[in-house]
Amino acid sequence: MSDHSHDHQHDHDHHGHHEETWVTKYVFSMDHKVISRQFLITAVIMGVVGMLMSTLFRLQLGWPGEKFAFVNWMLGDHWGKDGIMSPDMYLGLVTIHGTIMVFFVLTGGLSGTFSNLLIPYQVGARDMASGFLNMLSYWFFFISSVIMLVSLFVASGPASAGWTIYPPLSALPQAIPGSGLGMTLWLVSMSLFIVSALLGGLNYIITVLNLRTKGMTMSRLPLTIWAFLITAILGVLSFPVLLGGCLLLIFDRGFGTSFYLSDIYIGGQALDYQGGSPILFQHLFWFLGHPEVYIVLLPALGMASEIISVNSRKPIFGYKAMVGSMLAIGFLSFIVWGHHMFLTGMNPFLGSVFVFTTLLIAIPSAVKAFNYITTLWKGNLVFTPAMLFCIGLVSTFITGGVTGIILADSALDIPVHDTYFVVAHFHIVMGLSAILGMFAGVYHWFPKLFLRMMNKPLGYLHFWITFVSAYGVFFPMHFIGLAGVPRRYYTNTEFPMFDNLVDINELVSVFAIIGAIAQGIFLFNFFYSIFRGERATENPWNSTTLEWTNGVEHIHGNWHGALPEVHRWPYDYSKPGKEKDFVMQTVPLEPGEIDGGEHHRP
Amino acid sequence: MSFLTLLAIALGVITLGYIVRIFELSSELKGEQQNWVIRDKDNKTQGTLFLLFLIGFFLFVAWQLVAYKDRLLPVAASEEGVEIDWLMNFNFIIIFIVFVIVNFLLFYFAFKYRFDSNRKALYYPVNHRLEILWTVIPGIAMAIIIVLGLKLWSSLQRDPVENGEEHIKIELVAEQFRWSARYAGDDNELGNFNYRLIAGANNLGVDSTDANSWDDFTLANEIYIPKGKRVYFSLRSKDIIHSAYFPHFRMQMNCVPGLHTMLHFMPTITTDSMRMITKNENFEYILLCNKICGASHFNMKMVVKVVEMDEFTKWYDEKKKNTIFKMDAPAAMETPKMEPVADTTKKD
Repeated sequence: MSDHSHDHQHDHDHHGHHEETWVTKYVFSMDHKVISRQFLITAVIMGVVGMLMSTLFRLQLGWPGEKFAFVNWMLGDHWGKDGIMSPDMYLGLVTIHGTIMVFFVLTGGLSGTFSNLLIPYQVGARDMASGFLNMLSYWFFFISSVIMLVSLFVASGPASAGWTIYPPLSALPQAIPGSGLGMTLWLVSMSLFIVSALLGGLNYIITVLNLRTKGMTMSRLPLTIWAFLITAILGVLSFPVLLGGCLLLIFDRGFGTSFYLSDIYIGGQALDYQGGSPILFQHLFWFLGHPEVYIVLLPALGMASEIISVNSRKPIFGYKAMVGSMLAIGFLSFIVWGHHMFLTGMNPFLGSVFVFTTLLIAIPSAVKAFNYITTLWKGNLVFTPAMLFCIGLVSTFITGGVTGIILADSALDIPVHDTYFVVAHFHIVMGLSAILGMFAGVYHWFPKLFLRMMNKPLGYLHFWITFVSAYGVFFPMHFIGLAGVPRRYYTNTEFPMFDNLVDINELVSVFAIIGAIAQGIFLFNFFYSIFRGERATENPWNSTTLEWTNGVEHIHGNWHGALPEVHRWPYDYSKPGKEKDFVMQTVPLEPGEIDGGEHHRP
Repeated sequence: MSFLTLLAIALGVITLGYIVRIFELSSELKGEQQNWVIRDKDNKTQGTLFLLFLIGFFLFVAWQLVAYKDRLLPVAASEEGVEIDWLMNFNFIIIFIVFVIVNFLLFYFAFKYRFDSNRKALYYPVNHRLEILWTVIPGIAMAIIIVLGLKLWSSLQRDPVENGEEHIKIELVAEQFRWSARYAGDDNELGNFNYRLIAGANNLGVDSTDANSWDDFTLANEIYIPKGKRVYFSLRSKDIIHSAYFPHFRMQMNCVPGLHTMLHFMPTITTDSMRMITKNENFEYILLCNKICGASHFNMKMVVKVVEMDEFTKWYDEKKKNTIFKMDAPAAMETPKMEPVADTTKKD
């Protein structure tokens, strides 16, 4: 089926011959543009679910003991008696919120949408290397999303051991009701999710390596593509390890093995498990878990590089350094997982090694942050909604990144480990940066996704409320953490030492509610613009990359006629001696003109 | 109820915003074309908003630093805690400077270089010297942070038992959802345990055939530790992973079933003195659970009293009579010291 898409030289008329039914065109489609939209819309739905969950548990944390009639209406007597959420439900919501946001929105949703949309478009390919695997990738993602949502409706509750599902808690239904059927469904869902991530990732890598159009050398790739490529490599190398970890957990839960379990006395009974180690699971989990942070973050950073450069009307500063720092971050991300485990009883010397490798990541990260800022310097900034989100992203990347220096330092991690300080850190640096990047991507590439434009004033409004409330939610959490409040506490009222934090928690919850409501603006704008937005033009942002060369239409094979040919790097903005302030990648070099930024002497 | 009012106001404001926007949107749709194009007005407004945000953001941060300063944990109550706090503050100063400078530059540049049709952006794709500069500076900063951090880490993680340092040995056992403590008695040696021996009063599974256990005694809810003497906590869990978190002593370590872990610190401030320092006559040091462990995770605690040595001795002499195994019972007296009953005891 997809053979024709490999064939660069083929006459384009060939593409018109396929008879497409509605089902093959919009449901079981192998077209990267359709799959990309499928991923996006699924992710938006999952994102709304994850966000509503956080609003619910923020209500509990901000006003513990307060009766909210609608909580009872939503959760019923078992989980929300008298309008007060039960502790088990609280843990379930926290767990599924984390799972949905990290995996379904910021991994599946982010990479699925933008790798799919942009890789073929920006490298100049007819489609993904394998349209069929690509289609499977989406449908595995879809089934896994459905199973995750179904697990919310199980009588014993959804998985509730935290998104990191550490055994023995996640292995023993005696320990927590959510470790019954809910946990089984979580594991099934995640296993399918991993299959989807692997199918997608392999496709992305192969497409970038093999299907670049003529002239598109690796050093002419837009930074988005570099980011997607490195992300896909991280995913392909690390997700199988989580799959292995999940399978062993399934064995422990169902078949009586003892991979993770030993010496357990629970519910008045000594269990027979012998010789396993709960720490083994943590090693397997975080071997994925840490690269996962960058699987979430790198695509956002890559898109930010592109959007910031376009809207600064200026080449990205230090293209090679940007690629190099992403490679360094990608490589280092595989040898830092132990910093999640300083206090598990892991050998302290091993901890020292992880301190060293983890703090090294600060260096390429700093390079990236400084390069973004230098790109803005003496630019001519056009504030599209996407650009606003990218500036927000750089800010959260810095603000959240610096507190990582505290947490990576094992000695300093001791008093703040697993407190709200950690919650603040990773939400800002990973959660916010990635979601702001994802929003930026949606606003920027909406014309390619849906051939229409999103509404500008609504975009501005969405950005400002989101950005302000995001800092309002997560900045005060640093202080809650430094006051010693552990995360995943159903309420802080049981400790007199936390009584003076009540108003901080209220403030956080108020901002969380405002932020959540503001997403309504986005949802309205998004769905309204899909159907009623203004028609896009071919190159609305005056950008140089290939996706803006194929008109305002979705055609099978992406370009009428021959594929475009690339003659220069993607960042020729405001190049001296040029009439316009941007030169498309397809424009041949003039005699004597030097390609790329490396040899430029200002 | 104050919340509901707030919520209502927030909802009201935003609904209003919506209605206005939707009206605007529909009118724009009828009239002006290409309203997505970024006009000069937009760039001016958004640039100014970034400047305002910069000011507002820094004010918000400064306000929190002032308003929340006294809500944080009080001064560290252990020797280790003081060292950790010093290094923590040192690091905080560094990252705060970076946070301020970089955020300032970001938002200030956003304001300053907002679009102006009379200006052309500077084509400035690379400067190796600059890049080397901001690779080397963070590199040096990291080197300092790593060296200081690892020095402290290795001192915190040393094993005082192996080093032969003077200490009091206490075992902390975590289970859903409570802590139990076992004092090692006059020999300062904990008797062996095995989870299969857990039954009835012996709820920690202590091995009665190990003579070291004969003077061990257990406590729940509250423990005493003396000021100025190193306390060594041997940690384990009966069921799932918990984490022994002593926020006031800045100390924490996980309790893992099947694994032996430990932490130790030297308390320096008694509970009474801390009550004076915090001006709170009900102040107590608390041990919390800091690893998600189920429904009552949020309420799994134990009070830790730090007292002067002589008061501790008095308390200790009183408590040590309640040994787990009553030594006047003939059965225990007749039992000679035996090999541990199972190979799973005291595994490392």
